[in-house]
Amino acid sequence: MTEDQGKMSCAEFQAQLPELIGSGANAANHPHIQSCELCRALLADLETIAEAARQLFPVVEPPDELWAHIESAIKSEDDHVNAGSRNPGTPTRN
Amino acid sequence: MPHSRIPTQPPDSRPPGVSGAAPLPVPAARKMTFAPAASPDPAEADALARAQAGDHHAFAQLYSLHKRRIYSLCLRMVGNIAEAEDLTQEAFLQLHRKISTFRGDSAFSTWLHRLAINVVLMQLRKKSLSLISLDEAMEPVPEEGPGRSFGAPDLALSGTIDRLALERAVADLPAGYRLIFILHDVEGYEHNEIASMLECSIGNSKSQLHKARLRLRDALRANSQKEAQP
Repeated sequence: MTEDQGKMSCAEFQAQLPELIGSGANAANHPHIQSCELCRALLADLETIAEAARQLFPVVEPPDELWAHIESAIKSEDDHVNAGSRNPGTPTRN
Repeated sequence: MPHSRIPTQPPDSRPPGVSGAAPLPVPAARKMTFAPAASPDPAEADALARAQAGDHHAFAQLYSLHKRRIYSLCLRMVGNIAEAEDLTQEAFLQLHRKISTFRGDSAFSTWLHRLAINVVLMQLRKKSLSLISLDEAMEPVPEEGPGRSFGAPDLALSGTIDRLALERAVADLPAGYRLIFILHDVEGYEHNEIASMLECSIGNSKSQLHKARLRLRDALRANSQKEAQP
């Protein structure tokens, strides 16, 4: 972090933010953040959203009948392949 | 990708992996890019070995072990119950076709998870959803430029977020944004993995994620302001 980084505008800082956050660096230590309330609040919001995302979408149970559909589809595919193997002239998928 | 609404048949024990399918750019090619192999659950390891040998009941057991995670993944990625069911079905069909190719280089759950993600991605590409917007992500968009937050009052979200409001906001994201947000912030994939899966640059993935979070922030703030109104 240099003195120049501390003097950068909000636009310049926010243009760097995706890379700064994505690289895993601690953006909160950036000199611009130390001196800019707007960007500090923006960063805090983005971090809050990212943190909250981990709690999103609890694991849910699929409907019971889904397995029956899958089972039927597997059977159908297997029957198709078996029919192909009984008739060598019939093209089959590999 | 409709459900196969045909009558349920008795289990078939023919060996899996013999029916053909369009090749997917999935785990085998990227097996070293994700988590290392974890110590397998003995019950899962046993079911896996038997399923690879063609035991239909073992395959059903694998379904029982993983159905919640795969269905939940599909549901959060597409935000639609019927479509999530179709995608879950397709993922397990793909699993049935490919299970004999699993070599244990990663945890089975990781491999299956990746396979399911690729099923979802293929479906999204078929529907021409805005994965193409990844190409546009690096282009400046006026209303999403860096300065959009300037002067906005009451920036802080006060450190707490209404989970349901956030889930709604995620569901309302354009598909490309939602996909990257789910993969990175919810599922925990790294940018290099996402870039590999979506065939985009790492910088693009970072940019798209950032824009997704900005949109979510705006949506949450709008929601807060609406709720604050008398």
